[in-house]
Amino acid sequence: MAFESLSDKFQNIFKNMRRKGKLTEDDVKAALKEVKMALLEADVSFKVVKTLMKSIQEKATGQDVLNGLNPGQMVIKIVNDEMTALMGSEAAELKLKGGSDVTVLMMMGLQGAGKTTTCAKLAAKLKSRGRRPLIAACDIYRPAAIKQLQVSAQKVNIPVFEMGTDVKPPQIAEEAVRYARENGYNVLLLDTAGRLQIDEEMMEELQEIRRKVEVDQTILVVDAMTGQEAVNVATAFEEKIGIDGVILTKLDGDTRGGAALSVRAVCGKPILFVGMGEKPEDLEQFYPDRMSSRILGMGDVLSLIEKAQESFDENRAKEMEKKLRKASFGFDDYLDSMSQMKKMGGMSSILKMLPGMGGSQMAQIEDQIDESQMARTEAIILSMTPKERSNPDLLNQSRKIRIAKGAGVDISEVNKLVKQFDQARKLMKQFGGGMPGKRKGGFKLPFGGGGLF
Amino acid sequence: MEEEKKEKKGFFRRLKDGLSKTRSSIISGFDNVFTAYSEIDDDFYEEIEEILIIGDVGIKATTNIIDDLKEKVNDQRIRDPQKCRELLMESIKNEMSVGEADYEFENRKSVVLVVGVNGVGKTTSIGKLAGILKDQGKSVILAAADTFRAAAGEQLTEWANRAGVPIISGQEGSDPGSIVYDAIASAKSKDADVLIIDTAGRLHNKKNLMNELGKINRIIDREYPEAFRETLVVLDGTTGQNALSQAREFQAVTPVSGIILTKLDGTAKGGIAAAIHSELGIPVKYIGVGETIEDLQKFDADAFVKALFDTGEES
Repeated sequence: MAFESLSDKFQNIFKNMRRKGKLTEDDVKAALKEVKMALLEADVSFKVVKTLMKSIQEKATGQDVLNGLNPGQMVIKIVNDEMTALMGSEAAELKLKGGSDVTVLMMMGLQGAGKTTTCAKLAAKLKSRGRRPLIAACDIYRPAAIKQLQVSAQKVNIPVFEMGTDVKPPQIAEEAVRYARENGYNVLLLDTAGRLQIDEEMMEELQEIRRKVEVDQTILVVDAMTGQEAVNVATAFEEKIGIDGVILTKLDGDTRGGAALSVRAVCGKPILFVGMGEKPEDLEQFYPDRMSSRILGMGDVLSLIEKAQESFDENRAKEMEKKLRKASFGFDDYLDSMSQMKKMGGMSSILKMLPGMGGSQMAQIEDQIDESQMARTEAIILSMTPKERSNPDLLNQSRKIRIAKGAGVDISEVNKLVKQFDQARKLMKQFGGGMPGKRKGGFKLPFGGGGLF
Repeated sequence: MEEEKKEKKGFFRRLKDGLSKTRSSIISGFDNVFTAYSEIDDDFYEEIEEILIIGDVGIKATTNIIDDLKEKVNDQRIRDPQKCRELLMESIKNEMSVGEADYEFENRKSVVLVVGVNGVGKTTSIGKLAGILKDQGKSVILAAADTFRAAAGEQLTEWANRAGVPIISGQEGSDPGSIVYDAIASAKSKDADVLIIDTAGRLHNKKNLMNELGKINRIIDREYPEAFRETLVVLDGTTGQNALSQAREFQAVTPVSGIILTKLDGTAKGGIAAAIHSELGIPVKYIGVGETIEDLQKFDADAFVKALFDTGEES
């Protein structure tokens, strides 16, 4: 009984519309009623939904929709545009000072939103962009919070400034700024304790930090699964402290991120990053247009292509395409594409960005993908000689036995791989190459899912 | 009797305090509606619906509650919106009744497995639960099977120290199954009453992590079949409708017997409790309404609904 996500919902609504070809006014009304329910189920704030429905109603009941050639597409476009507009029409960047000036970022939010984890990830991201980040441990309340920060930061090689649990956070922040200046760090992240927005004393502590040190940006960390409460949280932090940016965490769950829409609409501050997983590189840039199209169920094809391009060497891609066309694709190329895949965050994270990949389909496919199997496959290929890799037809029984021994697997696994590889090559000939994902639904599992991935 | 009464009051007061914000938004909303309308019409129902949805009660449960209310209003030919107050309370209660939640694990040799997504307050809830059981004179052992999150073991150790109970833990990154295995051996040899197992937070749509939980569950079944099983899903009270999805998915890999709803001391609407009861039929057994050990409370649906509606002084 898979959770029917917002994206599935929208797809069902508009599937029916497409079939009709032309929309009546009643259709629009009925659709918007469904859209409203879907948005509420996705935890978009009630107020935001109301506003959104009103503006869509006004536009959709106009003749544009009724006279449009493709009414379904027209409605998708209007809903999409409105949602994108609500989330801020373009991607926002984190503003940092130049040179050796210390930019102070204060992370804040409720308990369990993911501040500490996000701190380490964000610091790692800034470091990879050539910054020199330092994190200050300002959570002196939760048991082992400092230890957690130290361990997380150590994993990504970021230093932590801490003064134990006896010094008050504003003082720690003050000392941390001094320490950062003296030691040549140019970004300071303050990891503050989780707090309820109605806890006056704790909110006062954040204000005190702001008075003691010059905080350049305050960043609210919000759990993407937050319900109607998201509005209250954002409003309170905005009123009492002021929010300069938002980071949305745990978006790799099956929530459709209704909170993104709510927080952005209510406090009007940009969402800077979204947390898509456990690894530092899973802290991704937030793109309002893509987010809304993802909510709408169009998949995040744009993001997929961009992500692929980032880690894909274009020349190599061209070369591979040529090989695919000629079907001279060997095990080496396969190994290559496997490592590209890994760079992009594994098969499942790519699939998630494709259109129509709602919760239910994902679950089915994840059944077929065993990412640990990839390591075994890799071992088998690495046990082949370069000649064997480029010319798989060479593989006879004695070679296979040698490879199996080398990889420490049973010969049947080698046989299975070779067989599937042959099938894949045949398939590729049929495809005739080309990059996947350009066309809706055009992406096929090139290796038939099964044992290879 | 006297004792029980006192405990009840304590619960009610705490809940009231903890839920004060929830009340002021949901209830002042309700009371506004009850007084603002002179007759019962579609707008009246719509406003009640709106308040319930803002309270995270969810579409489905809200629809059920409204339908139930409408039926009662029609059957009893009620004209005065003020009279809907009692009826609405009744409807919400109906929607939430999943039978008496039992706490049998407290009186048996038992294993309490605690699961949930990241950041909901599993470790904190376990610390509080251990303290409560210890105060009842039970011998409690904690197992730190969250070997994934940095310093999770240290955090639980801190709680174990506060509660004065032993803890079994392992290296970060070690196999949680082996810790569970060791903890069971320890619980058996020490003849402990309750073994509470903390697990790593995991998003319920991560198949591998959920499978790992299934494995832990099987280890308990195999190694300690005579133990009474209690499996609690911890849900964050500020989570919206995704909480349902979480409970459902954890139910698929472990024998979920109850829910701990945390962080209800903010403005979070306890409304999700209604949605959970209505859609999943899993009882909410504990709620977290504050930071101290006493702030983990047994859940009482009647008192909960009453507290939601209570505006006057109750003593």
